[in-house]
This record gives sequence, structure tokens and C-alpha cells, in this order.
Amino acid sequence: MTHTQKRIIINKIVMTLSTLSALIGIGFLFWILAILIFNGMDALSWTIFSQEGAPPGYEESGLKHALIGQLMIVGVATLFGVPLGILAGTYLSEYGQKSHLAETIRDISDIMMSAPSIVIGAFVYAIVVTPMGHFSGWAGSIALIIILLPIILRTTDDMLQLVPSTLREAAFALGAPKYKVIMQVVYRGAKAGILTGILLGVARVAGETAPLLFTSFNDNFLSTDMTDPMASLTVTMYNYATSPYEDWQKIGWAAAFILSMFILSLNIIGRLLLFKKKGR
Amino acid sequence: MSVIIDKIFSFATKYIAIAILFLVAWIFTVLFQHSLDAMEAFGFDFITETKWAPNLEKFGALPAIYGSIVSTFLAMLLAVPLAIGVAIFLSELAPAKLKSPVGVSIELLAAIPSVIYGMWGLFYFVPIVRDVFGGIGISMLTAGIVLSIMILPFMAAVTRDAMNTTPDILKESAYALGGTKWDIIKDIVIPYAKAGIIGSFILALGRAIGETMAVTFVMGNVHQISTNLTAPATSIPVTLANEFTEADTSLYYSSLFELSLILLVISFTIISIAKFYFLRNKRLAS
Repeated sequence: MTHTQKRIIINKIVMTLSTLSALIGIGFLFWILAILIFNGMDALSWTIFSQEGAPPGYEESGLKHALIGQLMIVGVATLFGVPLGILAGTYLSEYGQKSHLAETIRDISDIMMSAPSIVIGAFVYAIVVTPMGHFSGWAGSIALIIILLPIILRTTDDMLQLVPSTLREAAFALGAPKYKVIMQVVYRGAKAGILTGILLGVARVAGETAPLLFTSFNDNFLSTDMTDPMASLTVTMYNYATSPYEDWQKIGWAAAFILSMFILSLNIIGRLLLFKKKGR
Repeated sequence: MSVIIDKIFSFATKYIAIAILFLVAWIFTVLFQHSLDAMEAFGFDFITETKWAPNLEKFGALPAIYGSIVSTFLAMLLAVPLAIGVAIFLSELAPAKLKSPVGVSIELLAAIPSVIYGMWGLFYFVPIVRDVFGGIGISMLTAGIVLSIMILPFMAAVTRDAMNTTPDILKESAYALGGTKWDIIKDIVIPYAKAGIIGSFILALGRAIGETMAVTFVMGNVHQISTNLTAPATSIPVTLANEFTEADTSLYYSSLFELSLILLVISFTIISIAKFYFLRNKRLAS
């Protein structure tokens, strides 16, 4: 066998292995998606949306409490986390730029984005749950805000930096003060990118379970009082899936299906927004 | 008027940004303060003691630390070769028509919350492990496998991005010399993107070690050190997820906070290593 033949054979082997691993990776994706859709569709019914939690064995058992709880916890986190994150990101891109302080904030935020979320839960337990004396929806929201902040901050920073500086200079030349330039020129130019960042960030925190386990805890009934323990889809899913009751496990799959579809849609919409922007 | 608003705006953005630094410092401080009881009671024995017995007020973190390290190691062992394969496929092999749909599916797979991976692992993977490897299926091995599947998409996507930084002109020159695809990958792409590839593996490692939900379902939370991979085990996040709401004494709480602190320090260190590897690579590229 000549050297060339050997190289060609090795090349074929590696190419096959690599294609195979791509197939395995995608195979798992389809396996998980198929299971989600199959079990989710099987468990979905009107009662899932119209009924609250019930003890195992009851027909009239649903996820209304968890859906509303999830929306409230994530909604409040978004309401506070997004504006704060955008403002902080604005500082990095428009004021701090390449300064030491700005670079340090960027580095720390990047690290926080990958830090274990369960530790954030422990922190919020110590600063919110212990002083309050009980679990609460607020505690859950605060944990999610801490996770959301660095994500929004970094995407805003990146997206604002993409706005050409000539646009800023043109606005300055017209005599606009800096805050007006930022609000009316820079934000407008980066609108699609910031929105994508928000969608992806919200999608990320909506799937968080670990930081909610001992902050918002859980509740089997509907509660809209943020100072009380609150159900979320993720924690309900965890409790129901690990329970020995088949009807609860089934509801757990319905929760998994609803949550995944929500998160995947946010991701797809976010990507389409950026794609459209690039296409222009 | 607008001068005042201008000042307020720059002031507000600056201090919100600085608040992030304080927040991180605050997290470390609070975890440290709440760990003090356990630190006083056990000292360094906390991380070398193998016994975790809440009823005897005896807390040793070694089984949890051991479980975190072994399950993450297993996950890396399985995920790294697959991730390299997927990344090579996406950056060098796939025809243009496939590149984008396959790439996007992998990225979407990375967006699926880890609790779903855990649930899937519990209902579909535990029986497979039980039938193939024996034991009850709830085990270190299952946790390692589920964890590897969970980090694979993230790892593959970042590795692909690193490989994609190789300038086409370098690859084309090598092709012009008669190189095969594998020659180009091993002699051009991998050497060029080495720092980025290693950085992405370390970043995935940092994420895997702190991952809670994907492993909580399938690990069993049993505080023992066993060389038998099919035996139930525990890890730091699994212990926290299972026991935080059950802790009934201040020493128990304090021990759990010390576990959180250890986990945060470990992942902060690993992620920083990856991050500064990345940064160096980025600066080289630009």
C-alpha cells in the first residue's frame, strides 16, 4: 500500500466517524423531540389548562396553577432583569468601552452566565427566604433576575457595538446630547439584536429549575400572591415526574411539552429576527 | 435640562453595571458567612470526610465531590469525541445545504432546558442502563451519560465556531498541495483553532460540573464512594437539590452552604480558565 492510498483510507475512516457522530447527535435530538411530542400530545387536554393540581387519582387534575405561576415568576424577572441589563449593557458599550472597569464587568458577566444556577438559589435562600421566613414567588423571581442580568447585559453590549459609530457622530454633530443619541439612534439601530437577546435570555431563565427549588418552592394550588410559595412548570414537572403515580407523571410530560415548545418558539423567533436583519 | 438628564443617564447606567460586580462579591460573601458554622465544626475534614450523616450531625463532602468529579469526567469522556466529530462534520464535511439546518438543530438542542434531559433520562435511559449494565439503573454511569448528552450540543456548537475561525485561504493552500480532508483538519484546522477548541471543552466542563437537573433525576443522592459505576451516587448539585428543603439544623444548613461555596469556587475557576483561553485566542484571531 502506497503512502497516498493509506492517507485516502485514513481520510475515509475519519470522515465516516465524523458523519456518524453527527448522526448520533442529531439522532438524540430527534429521540428527545419525538418523546416530548408523543408523550406531550398524549397528555395534553383541556383540563391541563383549566384545572389546578389535584391529588393522584383525580380526573380533574391540571397545570393551571403552574402555568400562571411560571408566567408570573418569569414575567416579573423579565420586567426587572431586562431594563437593568439593557442599561448596564449600555454603559459597557457607550461609556465604559474598552476601559478596565468595563472589561472586568464583561469578564465577570461571562463567568456568571455559566455559573451553576443552583448556587444562585442557595444565595437567594439566604438573603430573601430566611429573612422572610418562608418561600415566595418574589424569591424565585429574584433568583431568575440574577441569572438573566448578565445574559441581557452581554447581548446588549455586543449588539450596541455593532451600530456604526458614524451614526452616533452624525447625531452628535446635530447637537444631540449623549442620552438622546443613545435612546434615539443607537437603540434604534440595535433594536432587532437587543430583542433577540431578550428572547433568548427569557427562554434560558424560563427553563431554569434548580434556582426555583428552594426559592419559589411549589404549591399544588393556584396562587397569584407573589409573597407566597408559588408553583412553576419546571418544579411541578420535577415533582410529578419523580412521583410514583402514573397520572402525575403524565401531567409532568404535558408540562415538559408546553415548556419546551415555549422555549423552542422563543429561540426560533429570536433567530428569525436576527436573520431578517442580516438579510436586509 | 438635557445636561441634567444626560448626567443622570450616564450615572444610572454606570452604577447598574458596577452593581453586577458587587452582586458577585455579595454572593461569595453570603455563601461564605453561612458556611462558617460548618467550617468551624469540621475545618478541612469537611472535604476529606466520607461520612454524610445528618442524624448524627456529621457532614463530610467527599462523596459529593467525588461524584461531581467522576460524573463530569464520564460525561466529558463520552461527549468530547462526539463533539469533535459533530464539529468536524459541521465545519468541514457537510454540504452547504445541510450545514445550516443541522447546525441550527444542534443549537436548539442546546436550548432545551436541562430538566427535560433529566426527565428523559429517568424514563428512557434508566431502564436501558439497568438492562445493559445491571444494577437498578439509577447510577453514576447513567448520570454521566445523561450529562454527556446534555452538554454535547453546546460543546459541538462552540467547537464548530472555533474551527470556523480558520481562514479559508490556509485550508485552500493545503488542498492545493494535495492534502485530504483529514490532512487539512489535523494539520491546519486543529492546530489553528487549538486554543478555541480546548477553551470550549473546558467551558463545557465548567457547565457540566454545576449542572443540577439533568443528573438529579438519575443519580439517586446516595452518599457513598463506590468504584462500581452502576451504583447510585451523589454530586454537589444533587445533594443541594435534594436536601436543601430538608435541612433542619443550623449545622446541616451551614454544611449545604459550604457545599454551594465549594461548587461556586470550582466552577468559577474552571470557567475563568476557559474564558482566558478564549480571550487569548480571540485576540490572536483579530
